Formats: sequence, structure tokens, C-alpha cells
Amino acid sequence: MTTSAAVASVRNVSKTFGARKALDGVSLEVAPGEMVALIGPSGSGKSTLLRSITGLQPIDAGGTIAVFGETVQKDGRVTGSVRKARARLGMIFQQFNLVGRLSLFSNVMLGALGRIPGWQGALGLWPGADKKKAMAALHRVGVADYAAQRANTLSGGQQQRGAIARAIVQGAQAILADEPVASLDPVSARKVMELLVELNKRDGLGVIVTLHQVDYAIRYCERVVALKAGKVVYDGPATGLDTRTLVDIYGPEFEDAFWETKQ
Amino acid sequence: MTTAAPPAGAVPAPPTKSLGAWALDVLIWGGVAALLIYSFDAVDLGNLPRLFAGSDVVNNFIGELLRPDFSKWRLFVGEMWETVQIALWGTFLAVFLGVPMGLAAARNIAPVWVVQPVRWIMNMLRSIPDLVIGLLFVVAVGLGPLAGVLAIALNTAGVLAKLFSEAVESIDKGPVEGVRATGASKMHEIVWGVIPQVAPLWTSFALYRFESNSRSATVLGLIGAGGIGQVLFESMNAFAFRDVSAIVIIVVIAVTLIDLLSQAMRKRLL
Repeated sequence: MTTSAAVASVRNVSKTFGARKALDGVSLEVAPGEMVALIGPSGSGKSTLLRSITGLQPIDAGGTIAVFGETVQKDGRVTGSVRKARARLGMIFQQFNLVGRLSLFSNVMLGALGRIPGWQGALGLWPGADKKKAMAALHRVGVADYAAQRANTLSGGQQQRGAIARAIVQGAQAILADEPVASLDPVSARKVMELLVELNKRDGLGVIVTLHQVDYAIRYCERVVALKAGKVVYDGPATGLDTRTLVDIYGPEFEDAFWETKQ
Repeated sequence: MTTAAPPAGAVPAPPTKSLGAWALDVLIWGGVAALLIYSFDAVDLGNLPRLFAGSDVVNNFIGELLRPDFSKWRLFVGEMWETVQIALWGTFLAVFLGVPMGLAAARNIAPVWVVQPVRWIMNMLRSIPDLVIGLLFVVAVGLGPLAGVLAIALNTAGVLAKLFSEAVESIDKGPVEGVRATGASKMHEIVWGVIPQVAPLWTSFALYRFESNSRSATVLGLIGAGGIGQVLFESMNAFAFRDVSAIVIIVVIAVTLIDLLSQAMRKRLL
């Protein structure tokens, strides 16, 4: 099921907001089946990079981004193949981004939008097989009991697991998670990270996850990419993150970037 | 625990209003007062005592009004029902027109070259009172309820489109991005990301307009656009004040009932 093309291939990408450079000549290659943590202090460009890969955010001219071999951003424009690429990427957001007034089940069904005919998706006539897939996904992430409840009545952890179920129904081949645990309590956070690891190990999905917490990055991901002021300052194994590197990324108070304990 | 030391330096003086702000206040309120005094004669306010002078006309009028004649209640209730139907269809057509216009006039959904012309049309529809549109339609389609329905539909479409688009502009964009990130089309983003967020507000606006349209529909009858208003106008012209009194009572009861019903429905939605 793994494809030969890279999950994401980011070449010389910059993004300017007004006078501020959020990304400054970033290049990054994520192979299929890899689990990569993007770390760095607030405002270092982690989220901007992730949003650029899904084409939710256009980048400056000069850089290119390809997803599974398809160019999604080029010459400062999001290309026409972005929808096809998005269907293959599951996106997890810090604020879950479920539609609050829809049931958890409906939210998860939205994962099928990319592959069924447009009118069918607009009317919500979900194929039976997809409905089964949605319930299986909800069961897998452990929130099947809440399928009929409105998403906004659920806890953050339950909503985030619903968002992961949506990515599963989508049949995503890789998951991009933007601060998936930043709004969660530690127990829900661990559960969500374990689900991401499981999707990576068992299903072979590529995972790119931005994290505030360095200890989470070290514990759950083999490869860590660190950004600072829009530049890649570290790209290597999690085990290679020594104190000197962390001081370089976060400054002398780097221990603030640990959530639970410093290992 | 150590208590925090008080901050150094003198305590600043309380904020004061600047001379310019004072002058502006005087200018605005003084201007309003001057306008009111200037317009006193223009609106004939000097004749106000005439209302309480106890002339025969007024006494007779009040006497008749106090003895409503319900003998023609079947006709009145039937016409009232027609008025409600005018409001119902007028509001329905307005929603039908208002939804696409409301979406097309929302800056976060539609490109600016669509937003601007649609807003222009909306403003035009809103700025022409339904009574004026009604007069035009009475000429175009003749006397009767259809003219009332069309008048309400056009005016309300302008109002609803504006309210709808404002609701769309204030949505949370997160869920829409969530839908977009699944590879959904623009149409899917609207159906699944936008509509669920605005649905309660939209419904509430439509119900509220239905309430006020049942009042407007009564008035529209006065210009011959069908319903209870037309009967009211005819009774008035025939000096049948006891009928007028009965009609007014029926209108008040019907409109109050609709208000209560629609308020109860709106409360459930929000």
C-alpha cells in the first residue's frame, strides 16, 4: 500500500506575512511510512509549513511543494491537483475543526467526500460501505458510543479522536497533524499520540506532526525536524537531540518546552 | 508567601473627557433639539389638543370602536388567514432568493467581483419599501394577494440576504478548513462546513421576518394587495367603524399568536 513517491517533498519554501518571514527557504523530504515531528518555539513556522503542504496556505513564489509526487504549490499558487492530494492526506488540527452542530458520525462521514460523486456528497447520501467504514473507524479510535452525539457536546479528546477517525475513513495515506495535543489534557494527549503511532506502525501511514512538547517528539517520533525563525535548524533522529541542540533551538530555558518530564 | 510590593510612582488621575468630545456632544444633541423645534409646525403638532377636545366625530368614532361587531367574523377570519398565507409565501420566496444571495454576498465565501454587485442588488431591494413595490405589482399583476406576495418576497429577500451574509461572515473558519482538508469541493465546504454553522441563525431570521411580514401583509391590503387589510380599508371608507373594530381585534390576536409561536420556535433553535 505504500507508494514510492515521497509523502511530501518541500523545496526551498518561503512564506512572508507582511514583513515577517514565517518560512525562510525550507526544504524537507518525508518518505512514505515515516513518522516525523516538527518542533520549534511558537512562531517558528511549524504550522505554516504544515498548512502549506495541504495547500490551505499559498506560499511565496520560488518554492515548490509536491505531495505523493503531485505538485500542489508552485510559482506562488496552489495548483489544480491540490484536492486530489488533500484526499490522500488526513489533516488533524489543534482545535479539531469538526463541524460542531453535526453528529460525530456525520463528521466522520465527511471523510468520504473526496471519493464519492459530488452531488451524492452534497446531499449526504453516504454509500452503505462507507457508513460501515465510519463506524469501524470510530470503534477503532474508541468513540463509537458517541456516534450520534453532536460533535460540540464531546470533550476535546473525544473530538480529536473523531478527527482521526475522519482521516481513516478518508483512506488517507499520510496524516498531517497540527498541534494535535496542544488543547488536550495529558491523558487524552497520550491516547491521541498513541493512535498516530499505531496508524504509522500498523497501517504504514506517513505522519508529520507539529508538537510544542519536545518530550512528546522524542518519545513518539524517530525523526525530528526543528524550525527556528522559519529555518530548519535540526533534521535527524530524535536520539540526536542533545542539550546543546535544544538550547540552540529554544534558548537557555528550553526545559519549558517539556510537558511532562525531561528525560 | 511574600506579599507583592506596591508598584512605584504616583497613582494616575482618573480619565477625563476632552474638550473636543464635549463640543461634539453639545453639537449633536443641540442639533437634534433644534431640528425637533424647527419641525414642530411642519407636522401640525399644534393641533394635538383637537384629539382630546371631545368633538362629536371623535366621540362617535370611539363609541363605535368600543362596540365591535363580529357578525361578519367568518369573512374577517377568512381574510386574516389569507393575510397569513401572503406572509407565508412571501417569506418562503424571500428565503429562496435570500440563501443564494446571502452566500454570494459573504466576503469569506465569494470573490469580491461577485460580492459587490450582489450587495448592490440587495441594498436596492431593501431600500424600496414593500408598500411601494406592492403598488408597482398591483399595476403589474392586478389587485389581489399575488401582488402582496411578490412585494413581501422582494423586500424581505433583500433584508434576509443581508442578515444571512452577515451570519456567514461571522462563522468559525476552522470547521470549513476541516472539510476542505478532506479533499472536498467548494460546494461541499458550503453544504457541510458553512450551512450547519449558520442554520439556526438563518432559521431564526426567517421566522422573525415571517412575524413582521404578517404585520406588513395587513398594511399591504390597504393598497389592494389582498387579505384583511383590504377589508379593513373598505370598512373604513364605508364608516363601518364597528366592523373596523372587530377587524383590528382579529388582527391583533392573529399577529400576537404568530409572534408567540415563532418566538417559541426560535428559542428552541438557539
